[in-house]
Amino acid sequence: MPPAIVAADLAAGYGARTIWSGATFSIPTGAFTVVLGPNGAGKSTLVRLLLGLLPPAGGSLEVLGQRPRRGSSLIGYVPQGAAFDPEFSIRGVDFVGLGLDGHRWGLPLLDWTRTDRKRAIAEAIEAVGAAAYAGRPMGRLSGGEQQRLLLAQALVGRPRILLLDEPLSNLDVRNQGAIVGLIGEVARSSGLTVVMVAHDVNPLLPLLDLVVYVAQGRVAVGTPAEIITSGSLSRIYGAPIEVIHDRRGRVFVVGLDEEVAHPHAS
Amino acid sequence: MLQYDFMVHAFQAGTVVAIVAGAIGYFVVVRSTSFAAHALSHIGFAGATGAVVLGLSPVFGLLAFTLGSGVTIGALGSRIRGRDVTIGIVLAWTLGLGVLFISLYTGYATEAYALLFGEILGISERDVEIVVVAAIPTLIALAVLYRPLLFSSVDESLAAARGVPVTALSIAFMAVLALAVTEAVQVVGVLLIFALIVTPAAIAIRWTQRPAAAIAISAGLALLFTWVGLTIAFYQPHPVSFFITSLAFGTYLVVRIAGAVRRV
Repeated sequence: MPPAIVAADLAAGYGARTIWSGATFSIPTGAFTVVLGPNGAGKSTLVRLLLGLLPPAGGSLEVLGQRPRRGSSLIGYVPQGAAFDPEFSIRGVDFVGLGLDGHRWGLPLLDWTRTDRKRAIAEAIEAVGAAAYAGRPMGRLSGGEQQRLLLAQALVGRPRILLLDEPLSNLDVRNQGAIVGLIGEVARSSGLTVVMVAHDVNPLLPLLDLVVYVAQGRVAVGTPAEIITSGSLSRIYGAPIEVIHDRRGRVFVVGLDEEVAHPHAS
Repeated sequence: MLQYDFMVHAFQAGTVVAIVAGAIGYFVVVRSTSFAAHALSHIGFAGATGAVVLGLSPVFGLLAFTLGSGVTIGALGSRIRGRDVTIGIVLAWTLGLGVLFISLYTGYATEAYALLFGEILGISERDVEIVVVAAIPTLIALAVLYRPLLFSSVDESLAAARGVPVTALSIAFMAVLALAVTEAVQVVGVLLIFALIVTPAAIAIRWTQRPAAAIAISAGLALLFTWVGLTIAFYQPHPVSFFITSLAFGTYLVVRIAGAVRRV
């Protein structure tokens, strides 16, 4: 099977400012990839490139054999820090519906009679286990419940790639584990390629195939065992970096401006 | 009551304006652009009075200024958020400009009064036609923009990723809002625009979470306030605008109190 995402000497930047460059990697179809790196290193910039919202500053990028195209239905996207006003907000089921046809012009009059639209929405909600509260306003749901519906919204158009920007950042440890398990399960059953930006690699370790490490203007890609080691990270970034493993198997990366991959205080 | 032409015209214009204002009000509220809507009407005041000085119909000046400022605000998009101070400063200046234009116009001050507080009982058959002609493109535009507008109101970055041209949409919405504001000014005036554009929608979103239902309720309430306000004003010697704004405010108050009681 051809790889889902291929980058060759890819560079990203805004105007004259280059954020990172020289990224060459290939993400196989069906792989679970995490994008790690310090804040401001350009992780979300990679997301914008994949979504076609920002053109490459150099090199080439192919998503499923094509140049990234804005609004492509091949990618299901969960944005970072989605906030829902508790006073006004849309119901979960309507929100998931926007993921299906929210970008279309005109009134959805014809869609109301279409049972396949309703079925697709119901299936996506069922797949993330959110049926019990999908009728309630998004703003009154817990962070974990919102995250499940955000995921349903990304899945409803039957994408081939799931792109998630820090989906775990506002969740407690138990909910992080539940969401990661859910993403893994959905991805496996639908053959999805998953690319997730994360702050902490630890909840993802059981599922992880590939690590994309963005730091100090460079992008390094490999398996977790290849990349997240003291020797490898020090070599890649030309600075002394230490990877520490604790007794529970969690990893800590120390030395890239800040402690990069650490569990949230818990 | 309806044997008088001026009442018939008032009901015709009031009905059309209420539907437009109530419908677009939903998006004004969910997009948190109510201050911008307010700003449009105030800036429009300078345009309207300026047109009067030049011997033109105030509607054209109103439309030109609301459209111009609407497109500017829309182009600034999310950058406008937190710019309340800047908008307020521009607002104050344009109102001052309006005052200058009124003083230059040696005719009568009722024109200014009508613009500020609405003069629906003085509406002519031709004005009704203008209102209807302006309402049709406004409602069609709202119907076309409906889903992407809702999508980008809920989460702009998500809508952008799905291919919604969010900046162009923001400009288009403000242009449509400018049209709607120009119309609503005919009924409630520059200063009372909130009563028809914001209050009914603010009540509606407390009632239902369904966007289509909220739009219908919002338009229905705006219609109710206008009709009841006109009817009371026919039998009472007080201005229509007072009754419309009071009905809107009273209903909002009742809904808020009822909501608070239910939560206890």
